[in-house]
Amino acid sequence: MTANPSRPAPKPGAGTDVLVRVQGVSKFFGDVTAVDGVSLDIRRGEFFSLLGGSGCGKTTLLRMLAGFEIPSEGSILIDGVDVARVPPYERPVNMMFQSYALFPHMTVEGNVSFGLEQEGVAKPERRRRVAEALELVQLGAYGKRRPHQLSGGQRQRVALARALVKRPKLLLLDEPLAALDRKLRERTQFELASIQEEVGITFVMVTHDQEEAMTMSTRLAVMHAGRIVQVGTPTEIYEFPANRLVGEFIGTINVFEGHLASVGAGASDIEVAGLGAIRLDHAIEGGVGAPLAVGIRPEKMRIARADAAEPVDGPAVNRLEGTIEDIAYLGDLSIFHVRLADGRRISVSRTNITRRRDDPLTWEDPVVVQWDAAVPVVLHA
Amino acid sequence: MPGSATIGRRLAILLPFLWLALFFAVPFIFVVKISLSEAAFSIPPVTDLFAMDGGLLTIRLNFDNYGLVLGDSLYLTALLTSLRLAFTSTLLCLLIGYPMAYAIARAEPGMRMPLLLLVILPFWTSFLIRVYAWMTLLQDQGMINSILIWTGIIDSPLRILNTDIAVQLGIVYSYLPFMILPLYATLERLDKDLLEAAADLGARPWTAFLRVTLPLSLPGIAAGSLLVFIPAAGEFVIPELLGGPDTLMIGKILWQEFFNNRDWPVAAALATMLLVLLAGPILLLERTQAEDKP
Repeated sequence: MTANPSRPAPKPGAGTDVLVRVQGVSKFFGDVTAVDGVSLDIRRGEFFSLLGGSGCGKTTLLRMLAGFEIPSEGSILIDGVDVARVPPYERPVNMMFQSYALFPHMTVEGNVSFGLEQEGVAKPERRRRVAEALELVQLGAYGKRRPHQLSGGQRQRVALARALVKRPKLLLLDEPLAALDRKLRERTQFELASIQEEVGITFVMVTHDQEEAMTMSTRLAVMHAGRIVQVGTPTEIYEFPANRLVGEFIGTINVFEGHLASVGAGASDIEVAGLGAIRLDHAIEGGVGAPLAVGIRPEKMRIARADAAEPVDGPAVNRLEGTIEDIAYLGDLSIFHVRLADGRRISVSRTNITRRRDDPLTWEDPVVVQWDAAVPVVLHA
Repeated sequence: MPGSATIGRRLAILLPFLWLALFFAVPFIFVVKISLSEAAFSIPPVTDLFAMDGGLLTIRLNFDNYGLVLGDSLYLTALLTSLRLAFTSTLLCLLIGYPMAYAIARAEPGMRMPLLLLVILPFWTSFLIRVYAWMTLLQDQGMINSILIWTGIIDSPLRILNTDIAVQLGIVYSYLPFMILPLYATLERLDKDLLEAAADLGARPWTAFLRVTLPLSLPGIAAGSLLVFIPAAGEFVIPELLGGPDTLMIGKILWQEFFNNRDWPVAAALATMLLVLLAGPILLLERTQAEDKP
């Protein structure tokens, strides 16, 4: 591990006692290993995300938490009770389906009330709780409607109310925002997070959308090929990716491969063939000469026209020269694709802090890209 | 050409209407016309409703046939027997067909087609031959009685053939596929997520079936029931072959009136009343379903 200086503190709100303990869980479908020896602790009150591409096993893991799949190996403990073989209808767990799975032949109230009826909650109490749940998702006036009379966003909230009304210990969300359009998705992200804080129920969400996972979760697990690659807070995952895979899956990262040239307490140099040295502000494990990859996020680099660049004293460290090959103007920021001397391309982004910059960068401009020694992160294989 | 699209659309709507007019409305009007005429020794054996008497057009409508049909308890009994047999047949088909349709819909995708094929397979043999086959199975020296006697369960053959039980059996056997196919179609389309959602919300499998699967398969139940009930109510081959002389079914009576008595008007009156009686429930069903649709 890299001896990194300051790890960010976890987001407030999440407790430290474990609600869900997944121990060595695997799931095989025939010859296919969907989940491969996953161990994971989810704390009470957390908004935990399982993040990964399609086929990474995140949905299978979620379905095992819900009880729709039985683990082939390992155990799942919810509040200390092994639930691996407990059927879904006896688990203190509720799920919000990606398709919402609202009962089309029941009204909104009927849908929300269904779970309480199964518990045998008395009618007055049931009505009160249904009304409360619909109020929470701002659908108080829609109780008598049928699901097909609602918009996609409203249906999504009915599904949420239906799962929340049971006051589960654990709420599972399977790609909860996938079916919503972009604007609504952004608004719903914050709504979901604030509802979670309000009700204090532990949420576990499955998503393939890294932005969604970063915005909403207190902690997340990045999954790949049935395994968990890294678990951490959004900041940890983004700023200190455990390996190249995580770094490249979450956001954009420029990866440089080289070898360790020198190690010191305050500075370690990595020599990248053809480009020069990348300096890190801390010691790195491993002997001199060991091959290493370092990553630098586009927003952590400074870009300037070659004639306006900061002057250099001494050898060129953490400094690259190149030409602008392409520009993506996103409004809030611009992303520059810079072709370096050895032909490789890197991405550098710059916030557009004024309407019109006095140092505009355009195609084919010779530029200098620089960064601080605290910025590069070592990526393990 | 702004009009061509509308003309095309109108034609498209017109076609089913033409179809319905040609193959349902026109023949039905003929039947009603015959039901209002009198029997005669002629070809066809009915009087004409319209007659030109000099320059005078006279129309003679004879309502006696309806009076006869309504007044004679024979017809009423036959009608009630038909409806009763059709109703119990529909119920039996539903009870037998639902689990079968459910099992096929839940089978491995690769197994569904072969299983459905087995349901449809009997259609490849003539209906008449299959009913005759039941005669040989059910008769006193038939296979069923032989086996029962051979195993010692009974001493003397059971009288099954030429009873209402045989008719019931024949109808259920013949019309079961008509129940299974629409049921399968609805059950197969049923979103499996809904059952998982029900289980997730605390419903045990049986509750989930009653509260989710069953209500959502109602359109299939309705379609299957109609497909069984209506032809069963008018069935005449099965009661003719498997039923006894005292099996009075309206289809059989109709047949007899037409071909044995050559009393077309009475037969036509019977047919008209049967249609009105059966069309009522269908229209009612149609309306309730239309209200339910999004």
